[in-house]
This record gives sequence, structure tokens and C-alpha cells, in this order.
Amino acid sequence: MSDENMLKVERLTKTYASQAPAGALTVLREVNFSLPAGASLAIVGPSGSGKTTLLGLCAGLDTPTDGKVLLAGADLGALDEDARARVRNEHVGFVFQNFQLIPTLTALENVLVPVELRGESGREAEARELLARVGLGERFEHYPVQLSGGEQQRVALARAFMNRPKVLFCDEPTGNLDGETAAAMAELVFGLNRERGTTLVLVTHDLELAKRCQRIIRLKGGAVISDSQTETP
Amino acid sequence: MNFILKMAWRDSRAARRRLVLFSLSVVLGIAALVAIGSFSANLRVAIDDQARGLLGADLVITSRQAFLPEVTAHLDGLGGEQAREASFSSMMIFPSPEGDRTRLVQVRAVEGRFPFYGEFQARPGDAPAQLAAGGPVVLLEETLLSQFGLKTGDTVRLGRVTFTIIGAVLKVPGDSVAITQLAPRAFIPLGQLPATELAGPGSLVRHRIALKLPPEVDPAAVEREMRQKFITERMSYDTVEERKRDLGRVLENVNGFLSLVGFVALFLGAIGVASAIHVYIRQKITTVAVLRCLGASARQSFAVYLVQGLGLGVLGSVLGAALGVAVQLALPAAMAGLLPFDVDFFVSWTAVARGMGAGLVICVLFTLLPLLAVRRVSPLVALRAAFADRPARPDPWRIALGVLLVAAIAGFAVEQTRSLVLGLGFTSALAAGFAVLAGLAKAVAWAARRWLPRGLPYVVRQGVANLHRPNNRTVLLLLALGLGTFLITTLYLTRTTLLAQIQGTGGAGRPNLLFFDIQDDQIGPLNTLLREAGHPATQQAPIVTMRLRSLRGQAVEDLLKQPENRIPGWTLRREYRSTYRADLTDTETLLSGEIVPRVAPEEEIVPITIEEGLARDMQLQLGDEVEFDVQGVAVRTRLAGIRKVDWQRLQPNFFIVFPEGVLEEAPQFYVAALRIDTAADSARLQQAVVRAFPNVSAIDLTLLLETFDTIFGKVALVVQFMAFFTVATGIIVLAGAVLTGRWQRIRETVLLRTLGATRRQLVQIQLVEYAILGVLAALVGCLLAVGGNLLLAKFVFKTAATPDLLTLGLAVLAVSVITLLTGLLSNRGVADHPPLEILRQET
Repeated sequence: MSDENMLKVERLTKTYASQAPAGALTVLREVNFSLPAGASLAIVGPSGSGKTTLLGLCAGLDTPTDGKVLLAGADLGALDEDARARVRNEHVGFVFQNFQLIPTLTALENVLVPVELRGESGREAEARELLARVGLGERFEHYPVQLSGGEQQRVALARAFMNRPKVLFCDEPTGNLDGETAAAMAELVFGLNRERGTTLVLVTHDLELAKRCQRIIRLKGGAVISDSQTETP
Repeated sequence: MNFILKMAWRDSRAARRRLVLFSLSVVLGIAALVAIGSFSANLRVAIDDQARGLLGADLVITSRQAFLPEVTAHLDGLGGEQAREASFSSMMIFPSPEGDRTRLVQVRAVEGRFPFYGEFQARPGDAPAQLAAGGPVVLLEETLLSQFGLKTGDTVRLGRVTFTIIGAVLKVPGDSVAITQLAPRAFIPLGQLPATELAGPGSLVRHRIALKLPPEVDPAAVEREMRQKFITERMSYDTVEERKRDLGRVLENVNGFLSLVGFVALFLGAIGVASAIHVYIRQKITTVAVLRCLGASARQSFAVYLVQGLGLGVLGSVLGAALGVAVQLALPAAMAGLLPFDVDFFVSWTAVARGMGAGLVICVLFTLLPLLAVRRVSPLVALRAAFADRPARPDPWRIALGVLLVAAIAGFAVEQTRSLVLGLGFTSALAAGFAVLAGLAKAVAWAARRWLPRGLPYVVRQGVANLHRPNNRTVLLLLALGLGTFLITTLYLTRTTLLAQIQGTGGAGRPNLLFFDIQDDQIGPLNTLLREAGHPATQQAPIVTMRLRSLRGQAVEDLLKQPENRIPGWTLRREYRSTYRADLTDTETLLSGEIVPRVAPEEEIVPITIEEGLARDMQLQLGDEVEFDVQGVAVRTRLAGIRKVDWQRLQPNFFIVFPEGVLEEAPQFYVAALRIDTAADSARLQQAVVRAFPNVSAIDLTLLLETFDTIFGKVALVVQFMAFFTVATGIIVLAGAVLTGRWQRIRETVLLRTLGATRRQLVQIQLVEYAILGVLAALVGCLLAVGGNLLLAKFVFKTAATPDLLTLGLAVLAVSVITLLTGLLSNRGVADHPPLEILRQET
């Protein structure tokens, strides 16, 4: 991997064993791409095309059946689950379609989790600043259940940037939001991405959103059917 | 570490009330263990403190015969002080204007300054001194005074002497209160005994010498020396150390048993905790997955929930210990009357620590079982919930934990019972009960899914479906309620069986009144009296006392001295009270050999029959020769037959039976048994007999029943007290389980309400579910109890189990109603939630 490549995927294949007569199910086959630091990539495709599986493998949430993922210089396949967790904690941020805030923590506490996991303290001011940056300066002590969907997703975004990630993985970040909120959210994602020089990997159905990335990979039946650069910088 | 603690605390926010409720499941079990352990420590200290007072002397020697002059000479040579006592059962007459009344009492004719240690407690306080001064005075059991409305200064008669009551006996060192229930004590001066004419030949007098030895003399050494020197004399020895050891052993047994009951409660509670944590963790899977995505290691996320589990265990232990100490305060009152000494209350911190330790270990082990799943939560679940259901390979940690759990339970049981066999037996029984209930629960769930008729009303189908749907509580509830029902019902069934056994002793037509100590010259007149009273004796038997002289040609003295002799000493030394007759009675069956009805007086070797147990103990075969010393006359016999005897009937039964024609001329006395149907008739007849023959004593089956019920009542109180912990734990576990599933219920209820279900229908669904669970748990618990009672009756009490349908019916009803109420109460308000509130939380 060249030094500029923040993420490199080689011949990535994922197969699930199955009891069904059809036998094993291959959800991803021979996917290759690499992404330089600071770049943005959208992965698009119909339901069941393997988008989320590809995202999970790139983020080290799962292990491939075959192939290799190099993330921030680390060969994820050579690491055990705990070592992959450390890589995620140090280099990766996540935004999920269904927000995935921890319901028992306040907005502020949710944002602080990644740094507290590392044993760091004294970063509360930074967390407050991030929350203020996403427009939640008045909602620090609110629990997820007390926030609207858009607000929850903004907390998730603040959390994702809290550990100053090198790569931000977003899984349908606007999928559960209405049009207006989704547009505001997209602004925040791309704005923060630019500000902080983060590499962005985005899984989405929303082609408009995908077009805001520098590159789009289309998946179908687990295979890459196109890999194109967009006009948007 | 900081993160783990902080996260554990924050994550518990929404569930703290629920977690506290989970911890309550183990509180009662721990409380029981702490209370019993601490109370046992109180008892041990009481025994140590009052050790000498337990016996009242350094050494007590007891014999069924008057002590030989050699024995008394030996004792006199020891120095120190002596106190003598002759005790026996006899009828006391209570004169009354409406006619004399009678009661079997234990006469204790005493002389000397007994007790040397401890205090002879009586009311008034100087009564023991008055007794020591001599004269026709009597100190009576307090219960007798109240039963017959007597007071100091009144008179009673014993044999030929009228005694003036000088007070009430409260407590005598060495006496157990339970024993005095059957025959209340009556203390008289030893000097008055001959005048009563009660201690003649044939009366079962127990002679006792209590010794206060000089300080330099070791009681144990005296005992060893005397056992050797008077090897053929049937004397028993009691020292303070032995008494302490015996009491300690009894205490350990009781403590062990009660602790096991407490442990069952803890075990049930722990299952409840494990089940609740299981559900709790399922709800936390997404949180764990998110933490993993954010970089938490498997160990960190596991530790977050382990801390919560530990916190729960610590909370349960602390609450349990506090409750246990409070309960301990109540135990002396529950056990009063069963203990021969006073107990001072103090908290045994060792017992508290042990109870808390056991609670914490069991609670954490059970909590770990579901918690282990946290380690395997994939971060992918944050992306897609379906990943949570991927099949997992067997977890070696889980298997190891299971083994550790079984080992911990077995270890605890073995430690408590101090017996490998009993401990493992308990563990196996627990496992068997567990397996039966768990198997049944699975069967119920399976059957509910498979065979539910489609034509049933919707609310019934939905209620039944709740038994088998995912995350159902069927197994847990059936286990908790079933085991609780099983324990308590077994207790009641056993009581019924034991009472029936005693009642059956005097069942239809069988004798229920026994006269004994009838002298040779009294049997004729007594029979006349009984006939005239309309209650002739249905059975009577002459009794001739004799001792063993030789066995198969070997003198008893030699046998006793042989180190390789395996025949129990008591069978060789004892005084046999034998009878002679031509045939078997209805309580006997001939197992082998023959009955020789009659022999000629000149017969050299007399053919006798012996009871099977004794023949086995004495290692006798048919044809073996046994020589008896019948009050100075040698009689050679051979074993002609072996009899089986039903000892449980209230009628004269014998170890050794001679044929007619041999013993007729030997000094003898009689016992007579008869059937009398009303208590009033029985009392009247006893009074008439005792008035005419003051030395004759009577034992009445009613008295035995009353005594048994009083003693059992006290034991049952203790056991019920303990069983309460199990049942209460069952109810807490039930409430906990219902509340755990409440969230799921609320969502369902909201959906059903949105679709148009009425509140009435929603309540009916719950009603069906809990009614089925309650009835099933009660039925299975009762079924297990019937099995337990059968086994106990057969192997422990050696009798037939008595079915008690009323108890069983009540148990089924009570458990079903309790389950139903707990279920409905825990679920109350579920139907009141506005659908919008839930739908909002869903997002």
C-alpha cells in the first residue's frame, strides 16, 4: 500500500455457510479498490448487493472469507478481534442508519465514549464543542429518547468525529431522516469531513448523496459493476 | 478500568430498579444462610459456655440394674461428690372432687446435691432445697401443674405415698425439653421411693450416679478404667466432653439440613438472576455492538456487564446479610422448647461472611452464564440486527463455567452435610428435580405449540402461545414455583404420613391402651377389673427378665473381651425381657425355622425364637445354642426359629420368645393391652386401674399422638420458616421474570391495542398464561412431593406413605392463585400505556 492509501481492499470475498440446498452464499466476491487519505467514496447498489457487508469488512467489523483489507496501514486480517477494536478506536468513526446511540447515556456521554474507552479524560470541552458544531449546544444532558431522529444522528456524527478518525464510515446516514433533515445532515457530514481531512466511506441508496463523493462504486450481486469518479470535488 | 466502572454505572441508569429486583431474588437465600450460620454460632458458644451445665456433673453413670457393690466401692474410692437418682415411668394420681385423674409421669427420685454445675431452676427458687431436705414432697413439671390446675401445697399420689407439691420444675441441667413432653418429670426425694412400692421387681428403673470429681481426676480416664473393669456390666457413661460432642453433632446435622434448605432458596434465586440477566443482556446486545464498533475490546464490554453483575451480587449479599441478622433474632423464639439450654444472641461475622460469600459466588457464577454471551457479540450487529442470530459454536468457557457451577453446588452441599454421600445425593436430587421441571417446561412449550386447537378463543390461544414464544419464562417459572411447591408440600405430606403411622398403630380394633409393670399376683385381679369395666384385655403377656450367659458355648465375658468380637456389646450385656407362649401374635411372622409350642419341663435344651434383627446382630444361625441366666438359674436354649416383628404397634412385642413349659415358675410380671374407643372411657379405666394397683402404669396412644404433634409442631415451625424463604424467593423470581418480560409485553400490548384489543381481552390473555403456569407448577411440584413422600416413607420412616388429597388440593390452589396474583400485579398498568409513547421509544 502506498502511503497515501488510507484504505486498500484486495480481492475481498465473503461467503456465508448455509444449510440451504443451494449451499454456501457468497455475498461479496473479489472486490478491489484503494482510497487515498482525505478522499470520499460512496458505495451504492440495490438491497442485498453486499454494500453493508463491504462496509463492515472495510471497518474491521468482520473477517473476510478471502482477500485483504489494509486500513490506515494495518492489515486487518492479521489482527485478532481485540486488535481490530483498537484500530477502530484509534482510526475509525461510524455513523449508522439507525443512529445507534447508547440509550442509557446522555448526548454528551455518548460523544465521550470513544475517548473514555482509551482511558483519556479531560476532553469534555471538546465534546461540547463538537455537539455545538452540529447544532446541539443546548442538548448535552438529553438522553437519546428525548431527541428527534435528526438530533440523534447529529449526536452520532459528533461521536464519530470525537476520536479524530482517519476514516469515517457512514451506513445510510440519512436513510431514516426526512428530506430537509437529511440535507442538513449531509451538509454536516461533508463539512466536517472537509474540515478535518477525514477519509469518507459512505454506503447509501441516495444517488444525490453519493454524487457528493469523489468516487462511486456500484455493487450488484456482491461484485463491483462500476467504479467511477464524480465531478464533485 | 475507569471507563468500565463509569460505563457500568451509566449503562445501569434505566435498569437500576430492575437490577435491584434481580438482586432481591438472592436476598432471601443469603438471609437464610446467614441467619442459620450465625444462629448456629450462637448455639456453639452457648454449648461451650454452658458445657458443664449441660450434664450438671463431671461424669454420669447410668444402669438398668442397681449398681453392684464393687461399682459403688470403686466410685467411693474416687473422692469428690456423688448424687444418686432412680428414675422410672409411673402413673401419678391427681385427686379431685370429680374423681381422681391419672397421668404417666417420669418419676425422678433424687438424693445429693445435684446438679454440681449449672442451676436446677424451679419456682419457687428454694424448691430444690426443700426437695433435698427430704419428706413426702414433689416438684412437678410446670405443664402438669397447669394441665391439672394444681398449685403449691396441693397433693398428688405416687404408689402408696401422698406427696405435697412444693413447686414447678423449670429447667434441669442435662434434660431435654422435648423428651419431657411424653412423660413430664416429677422429682421426689430418693428416701421416699421404697414407701411408694413402685420400684419393685419388674419395674424399669434407671439408676444414675452423678459425680463431681476432684479437679485432678480426668472423667474420661475414669470412664475408660470402669469400662474395662466392669466390662460385663451394662452401664452407660456420660461426660461433659461427650455431651458436648453429641450436642455439637446434632447441631451440625440440623444446621446442615437447614442450610441446605436455605441453599435451595439461594439456588432458585440465582436461577432467577441468571434468567433475568439473560433477558437483560439480550436487550443490551446493540449497545455492546456499538461499543465494539467504537473500539471496545471483548474483554472491556464483558467487564462492563460483569461489574453490573458483581454489583448486583454484592447488593444482594449485603441486603441478604442484613435480613439474615434480623431473621436470626427470630430464630431462638422459633426453636424455643427444642433446645436444652439458653442461647444468647450475637452476630457471628464469620457466618455473615460465609453466607455472603456463598451468595456472591453462586450469584456471580449464575450471572456469568448469560454474561459470557457479551464476549461474542459481533460489532456487525450495529449495522444489521440479523447478525445477532448467527449460530455460534460451543463456547468452552461456558462449558467450563457449567462444570464449575455444579462443582460449587456439590462442594457447598458436601461441606454443609459433612458427608460426601449426602452432599452428592442432595446435588443429584436437586439436579433430578431441576431436570424433571425443566423437561416438563420444555414439553409444555412444545405441546402448546403443537396441539393448541385452532377453534379456541383468541385470548386463550394468545395466552397459551405466550408459553412457547421466544424469550418465554415457562422454564424459569415452572422451576422456581415447582421446586418451592415441592419442598413445602413434601413437608406437609410427611407430617400426615407420620401422624397416620401413629394413628394406624392403634387403627381399627388394634390395642390403644397398654398397662405395664403388672405384678404376678396382680394379673388375675386386674383382668377381673378390666372385664367388669367392659374392656377386657385383648392381649397380655408374661415377662421374665434374663441375661445372656453364653453364645454358641462362648461365655459373654470372654466374647466382650475379644478384640475381634463383632457382636454389639449391648446385645450381650442387656437384660432381656422375654415371654413364653405357644404361637405367634398377629404382629409376627415366622421367617425361618419353627415354633415349638410347648416343651416338657425336663427338656434340657429349650427351642426358642428370636427377632430377626437381634439374630442378625448376634450373628446367630438356626440351631445355635444360647444360654441364659434367668434370675440365677442357667437355661440352655437353641435357636429354633427367627421371627419378623412389627414393632410399630402399641402391644407387647418381644426379642426372645420361649415355648410354654419352661418359665412358668420363674419370677415374672405382665403387660396387658386393650382397645378402648373414647378418651373419657380410657381416662376412667386408667384411674380405676391405678387406684387399685398403684404400681401399674398405662400408656395411651392419644398421649403419644399429642406428644408427637407437639414435637413435630416445633420442628415443622422451623422447617416452615425455612421453606418460607424458598417460596418467597419463588414469588420474587416470578415477579422479576414478569417484570423482565414487561417491556416486551408493553410493545405487544400496544400493538394489540392499536389493532383494537380491549383492556378486558388483554387481561384475559395474561390470566390464561399465568393460570396455566401456576397450575402446572403446582401440579408438578405436588407430584414431586408425592414421590418425595413415598421415598421418605419407604426408606426413612419405614412405613407406607399416606395420600393426603386435601393438602395436595390446597397446595395446587394456593400456588395457582399466588402465581396468578403475582403475574397480574407485576403486569398491572401494561395496558395503560398510550401507544404513542411506545411507538416513539421504538424509533
